[in-house]
Amino acid sequence: MPKMNMVQAINLALKEEMERDPDVVLLGEDVGKNGGVFRITEGLHSLFGAERVMDTPLAESGLVGAAIGMAVYGLKPVAEIQFMGFIYPAVDQIFSHAARIRSRSRGRFTCPLVIRTPYGVGIKSPELHSESSEALFCHMPGIKVVVPSSPFAAKGLLTSAIRDPDPVLFLESTRLYRLVKEEVPEGEYTLPLGKARVVQEGKEITVIAWGSMLHKALQAVDGYDAEVIDPMTLRPFDEETILSSVKKTGRVVIIQEAPKTGGFGAELSATIAEDAMLHLKGPVLRVAGCDAALPLARLEDAYMPSVERMRRAFDGIMKY
Amino acid sequence: MRELNKELYRKLYLVRRAEEKICVHYPEDDMKTPMHMSFGEEAVVVGVCHALGDAGQVFGTYRSHAAFIAKTEDTDEFFSELYAKETSSLKGKGGSMHLCSPRHGFMGTSAIVASHLSVAAGAAFANKRQKNGKIVAAFFGDGAVDEGVFWESLNAACLMKLPVIFVCEDNGFAVHTPATARRGYASLPRVVSTFDCHVFESDSTDVEVVHALAADALQRMRKEEKPCFMNLKYYRYLEHVGINYDFEAGYRPRNEFEQWYEKDPVRVQRAKLLRLGVGEDELLRIEAEVDAKVSRSVALAQQAPLSHCSEAHNGVFKCDR
Ligand SMILES: Cc1ncc(C[n+]2csc(CCOP(=O)(O)OP(=O)(O)O)c2C)c(N)n1
Ligand SMILES: [Mg+2]
Repeated sequence: MPKMNMVQAINLALKEEMERDPDVVLLGEDVGKNGGVFRITEGLHSLFGAERVMDTPLAESGLVGAAIGMAVYGLKPVAEIQFMGFIYPAVDQIFSHAARIRSRSRGRFTCPLVIRTPYGVGIKSPELHSESSEALFCHMPGIKVVVPSSPFAAKGLLTSAIRDPDPVLFLESTRLYRLVKEEVPEGEYTLPLGKARVVQEGKEITVIAWGSMLHKALQAVDGYDAEVIDPMTLRPFDEETILSSVKKTGRVVIIQEAPKTGGFGAELSATIAEDAMLHLKGPVLRVAGCDAALPLARLEDAYMPSVERMRRAFDGIMKY
Repeated sequence: MRELNKELYRKLYLVRRAEEKICVHYPEDDMKTPMHMSFGEEAVVVGVCHALGDAGQVFGTYRSHAAFIAKTEDTDEFFSELYAKETSSLKGKGGSMHLCSPRHGFMGTSAIVASHLSVAAGAAFANKRQKNGKIVAAFFGDGAVDEGVFWESLNAACLMKLPVIFVCEDNGFAVHTPATARRGYASLPRVVSTFDCHVFESDSTDVEVVHALAADALQRMRKEEKPCFMNLKYYRYLEHVGINYDFEAGYRPRNEFEQWYEKDPVRVQRAKLLRLGVGEDELLRIEAEVDAKVSRSVALAQQAPLSHCSEAHNGVFKCDR
């Protein structure tokens, strides 16, 4: 089996789905001839032609809106936004149309759209080039939010996302793009949306982390008897896997790169409080980014959840 | 005329020198911020900013090293921010893409293409209402006009007759995609001229020519208050982001660059000054002063302490320090 990084795995998933299904089309800024800012679509323009791999004008609202139209009326578009911070001009289209068309038409119209975008820190850039605003999209009913944390997961989840009948926001950690390589099968396999993965079993603390934070969390749990869960899909998230782990360990630490307030960790925490309260041995803890815009990379370490901060939380919850 | 040309040259040279310093030190990896370089656009930016003068207000983009330096000449602030140092008034929270210096009339930049244009129109509205006579210049690339907000802002500014100059820094590319692959029309200035505004065009790399055009625009605005649109062509020397040439990437040929480099704005202006009878020794003196200023700013920035890690939390609301 070939070893690949996340860029190659995503590229392969796109290629195989395009070969399998002629309705799958790609669109975005610079994704065509030039293969995209992060080279995710490299080679696909020459394989499938300009009609299926489209360079769009520099206009996110227009390109996502058009992708919604394509999706509702017969195609399976995969749109790329160059960085998550550039999705905001298109939020109007995503929230007003993609998220609601199924409900609004009582299922007579559906929107099998995938929007892929890199998120989070990774290119040493402040603010909008390092955005992780996944919670915003999780809040809006009608959109699925998927975050792979490895090349293998990326390929399986993206394949499912493309085949899914509803709109999926597919968040690719910029930091992970070329960080890890692992064996990824060529040919078809899928990972179900809405299903978490127990990355490591343990008895004393449940640690929940997604995207690039999963890798830091795995470093941090060294020396603790921790069960590490990667939700993989944030909306809808796998309550069953998470709750059964919490019921076993009684202690939870949630790790997110995004600012703390109103983050997705808050939703997990609330669900655990509602449904597993009596199993808890202490409060559900969060280790998160600061409630501020991300500064320049030289201050990034002060902003981001570090292994030390995670261990402080583990120690804190173990003392309860 | 000679004095004006000397002053324009000094600014061009300052912008160029500062960016050359970035190229020297960036590989040391202490300036941790993506760099969208201005090489090639110096005449466009210096010409407009100089005509605008101290009282004017400038809005820019992620590619606004030139605009920041032309408007503020504050290389100390510039380098200390690129190095994320305590001495920067932005404390390492802006970097190359979010420069601002309100006291110099440099009102801010945006990394989100075109998103600053509506804000610039709003600033022009505020100036108009306050009757302070200030004129706003908003810089943006040829890619920015693909965004709806460009047209929304242009429309509103024309409707409300706002004192704003929209300056398109036209290098023909958005990242790697040429304008012809992004536009369903042939001529942007022709389309814009159907709006109620003054329209100007140039492909000159002669800063004096751009300056004269901008001065003309300002005068026309004063006579008949409505917005201006300027389409100013230039060639982006380096890759979209970063400090290298990228002709091997294949989306544009090196000889295009070579043709434009023949009329490099800094060289053109220097040759002109010599023709006007400014002595080589005087030019060397101007250049030495600029060199010393830039070197001093870089050294100061390098020596200053890093911005304190508590800055990662600060500055969100007024109650913060
Ligand atoms: C809304 C938004 N979409 C995409 C980007 C990514 N991006 C940054 S610069 C750029 C190209 C802009 O081209 P142009 O406006 O011509 O300016 P230039 O870089 O040529 O100066 C793109 C697509 C962005 N920063 N913001
Ligand atoms: Mg351009």
